[in-house]
Amino acid sequence: MSEAQKMDTPEQAAFRAHCKEWLASNHPGRPTVKLPLGALELSNPDALAWLQKWQKSAYDAGLIGCDYPKEVGGGGMENCQSIANAEMQRVQTPYLPNIIGMGMAAPTVLFHARDEVKAELLPKLLSGEEIWCQGFSEPGAGSDLANQQTFAERDGDNWVINGHKVWTSLAHFAEWMILLCRTSKDDKYNGLSYFVVPIEKALGNGVTVRPLIKLTGETGFNEVIFDNLVVDDRYRLDEVGAGWKVAMTTLAHERGAGPMTTPASGGMAVEEQEGAQTNSAMALIQLAKQQYRNGKTAADDPLIRDDIIKMMIRQEAFRQNQRRANVPSLTDHPMRIPLQFKLVATEMAQDLQQIAYEVEGAAATLYVNDDNAPVSGQWPLAYMNSFGITIAAGANEVQRNILGERVLGMPKSK
Amino acid sequence: MTEQPKNFGFGEDETMLKDSAQKFFADNCSPDKIHSQVAHDPSIHRPIESIWDKSLWQQVVELGWTAVCIPEAAGGIGMPLVAAVAIAEEAGKSAFPSPLISTYCATFTLMACDTDSANKALADIATGTATTLAITNEKGSWESSDTDVSVANGRLTGTAWFVQDAKKADRFVVSAKGENGVGLYLVEATAANIDIIADGIIDLTRDQAHIAFNAAECTELAAEGAGDKAIDAAIPSILTIVSADMVGAGEWLLQTTTEYAKTRVQFDRPLGFFQAVKHPLVNVMLDIDRTKSLVYNAACAIDSGEATTELNARMAKSQASDMAVFSSSRAIQFHGGIGFTWECFVHIFFKRQMHNHVLYGDAKYQRAKLADMVIGKAA
Repeated sequence: MSEAQKMDTPEQAAFRAHCKEWLASNHPGRPTVKLPLGALELSNPDALAWLQKWQKSAYDAGLIGCDYPKEVGGGGMENCQSIANAEMQRVQTPYLPNIIGMGMAAPTVLFHARDEVKAELLPKLLSGEEIWCQGFSEPGAGSDLANQQTFAERDGDNWVINGHKVWTSLAHFAEWMILLCRTSKDDKYNGLSYFVVPIEKALGNGVTVRPLIKLTGETGFNEVIFDNLVVDDRYRLDEVGAGWKVAMTTLAHERGAGPMTTPASGGMAVEEQEGAQTNSAMALIQLAKQQYRNGKTAADDPLIRDDIIKMMIRQEAFRQNQRRANVPSLTDHPMRIPLQFKLVATEMAQDLQQIAYEVEGAAATLYVNDDNAPVSGQWPLAYMNSFGITIAAGANEVQRNILGERVLGMPKSK
Repeated sequence: MTEQPKNFGFGEDETMLKDSAQKFFADNCSPDKIHSQVAHDPSIHRPIESIWDKSLWQQVVELGWTAVCIPEAAGGIGMPLVAAVAIAEEAGKSAFPSPLISTYCATFTLMACDTDSANKALADIATGTATTLAITNEKGSWESSDTDVSVANGRLTGTAWFVQDAKKADRFVVSAKGENGVGLYLVEATAANIDIIADGIIDLTRDQAHIAFNAAECTELAAEGAGDKAIDAAIPSILTIVSADMVGAGEWLLQTTTEYAKTRVQFDRPLGFFQAVKHPLVNVMLDIDRTKSLVYNAACAIDSGEATTELNARMAKSQASDMAVFSSSRAIQFHGGIGFTWECFVHIFFKRQMHNHVLYGDAKYQRAKLADMVIGKAA
C-alpha cells in the first residue's frame, strides 16, 4: 500500500477502489487514430472524437469533476480529483481533450457564474461533449493582459461584442469561450468584464475563427474575430468591471495554483504514438548513444554528458519540488513553489530540446519532412514548439515578475 | 523502490526540531554577532586562528544535536537523517562556526564502520566529543581509496590534508593505507607524534588544517580493506548534510539581498523594481528550491534504505554547488559598492558558500560521477 493510500479518508479510499475497478475494465486501449502530443495540438476531428468518447466515459464513471458539486454535474466529493488523476495516470489512459475547459473555464464558472449558468454549462464541459477555448490574448494584449481592446457594449439584457482574439487554441472545435474584454475605457483594470460566450452557434453570425500557422508550419491555434456578437447578460461572470478579478481565478488554475484540482489523465507513453519521446533526460541519453561527434558517440563527449546530467538533475528537482509543495511545513511561502511550476517546466523543456538539437549534430538540420531525420525530426520540432509554452500563459518574463513581487515582495515593475 | 513518505520524513518531531534550531540560531547566532566574532581582523595577512563560541557549542551538545542520528544502541537519539538535515540547514543559515557539520560527517562514517570501537566513538560524539574526518590527500582527491597516510604496527605515518574544523575537533577519523587496503583509525587531537598545521582559508566561519602523523598511536575503527568502503557508504549522507548547510546559507543570501533590493533606492526607485535585479533574484530562489527539494529527497532516500542514495546525494550536491556560486555572487553584486566591503555581512556567507562549493567535490565533479552511473563510462 502506498503512502498516498495510507492517508486516504474513508471517502477517498472507497473512491480510489472505485477508480481502480472501473479502469481495470474500461481503459480505452490504444487509439484508433493518430493523436498529437497534447490536446492543444488537436487538428483532426476524428482524433478529437475518439478522445471525447474517452472523456465522456470517464466522466460518466465519476472520474472527472468529482470535486464539483452535484448540482453542476460533479461528484460532490472532496479532494478526490487528485485520486482519480493518480489512478488514471497509473494505468496510462489517454489525455483528456477538453483541457482548457477543465483547467481554466470550469473553476472560473464555478466560482463566478450564476447558479443556473453553472448548471447549464458545467455538465457538458466536464463530460467533454462541449469543447472550450480561452479568449484572453489580443494583438495588443499579450503579457500586458489588462490592455484588452475587445469591447462589450451593453444593449438592454444583451451585450454586443466587437474585437479580435489571437493564439486561441481549440477555437476551431470549441462550442464555448471564456472571454475577457473591456466594458469601460475609463479604467484599465476596473474597466474589464468577463463572459462565457457560445462561439460555435455564432459562427458566421458575429464570430469568425481562422487558423494561425505556427513557425513550425503546424496549425493548432486560431484568431477569433467578433463582429457585433450578441451575448445574453446571464453569461456575464461576476460584476461588470470585475473581469480582472475573475481572470485571476482562471490564471491561478492555469498555473496549477488554484483551489480546484484539474482533471488530468494522460501518461499514455508518447512513444507509442509518435515513435519519439521528447521530454526526458533519459530520452536524451538514448539519442546521445545513437549520434556521433568527433568519431565517438555524443554520449562519450564530456560536455554533452555534463549537459545531459544537468538536465536530469533539473528534472528530478522539479519532481521533488512538486512533492515538497504539498508539505506546508517545508515551504515558507505557500505560493513559492506552485508559482514556479509553469516557468520552470517550460524552460526545462526548452533547454532539454535544445540539448537534443546539439546532440544530433549535422542531422539536426533535418526536419520532419525528411526521411533521414533522426526520430522523425521530432526533437527540432519539439524545440521550436517549446517557445509556444515559454511565451503562452503569461510569458516567463511576466512569471518572474509575479514571483519577485508576490513571493519575494519586491516592488511592482510597472 | 520502496515507498517513501510524501513529506520526506519530516514528521512532527523533525519539524519541531527544525523550528527549535531556527529559534536557537536566531537567538544566539545573529549575523552581526558572527561578524564581530569572526571578522574582527580584516587584514589579508591576519594570523590563522580558529574563532568560535565554545559555550554555544556546549549548548548544542546539551540540546542533543550531535546525537540526533546516532543509533540509540550507541547512545544516540536515533532520529532519521532528515533531522540532522534540518539542523544543518539552520546552522548554514546563520553561518554557525562550530564543528557540527564536520562531526556529522564523521558520525556517518563511524556508523558505516559497524565495529565496537566505532560505536564507542559514536557514543562519545553523542555526549559532545567533536570528531572530524581526516581522509583527504595532498592532491585534494575525494576518492575514498586515496590517502597519503599509511598504517603499520598500529601507528600512523603521513599527512592528511583539508581536515575540516581540525582546531575545534577533539578527535580525528583518519584513513590510512596498510598492506591489505585502506582502514580507518581514531586519533586524539592531543595525541603525541601529530602535528596539526592550520591552513589559511577564505572561509571565516570554520578552520581547516593538514595533520602530519609521525608514528602516531591510534585505535582501529575499520580494518584494512574496510575503511574505504565505510567512507563510500557514508558519502551520500556526507554530501547531503553539506548540501543542507548550503541551502540554509543560500536562503540567508536570498532573503538578505531581497530585503536590500526593497529598501535601497537608486534612480528614485527601490532596486527590486528593476527587472535586471528582480529576475536574477527570482532565479536564485528557483535554484535554492531545486536544491532544497533534492537535499530532502536525498536524505529521505537514505532514511528509506533506497539503492539509489549515491545518485540522489550527488544530484543534491551538484545542484547545491551551482546554487552556492549563484546565490552568493548575486548577493555581492546586488549589494553594489557596500557588498564589496568587509563591513557588509554578505562576505561571511559568500565565503562559506565558496568553501562548501568545493567540499567533497564541486558540481562538475558530481556530474562526472553521475554521468558514469547513468550514461556509463565514456569511451
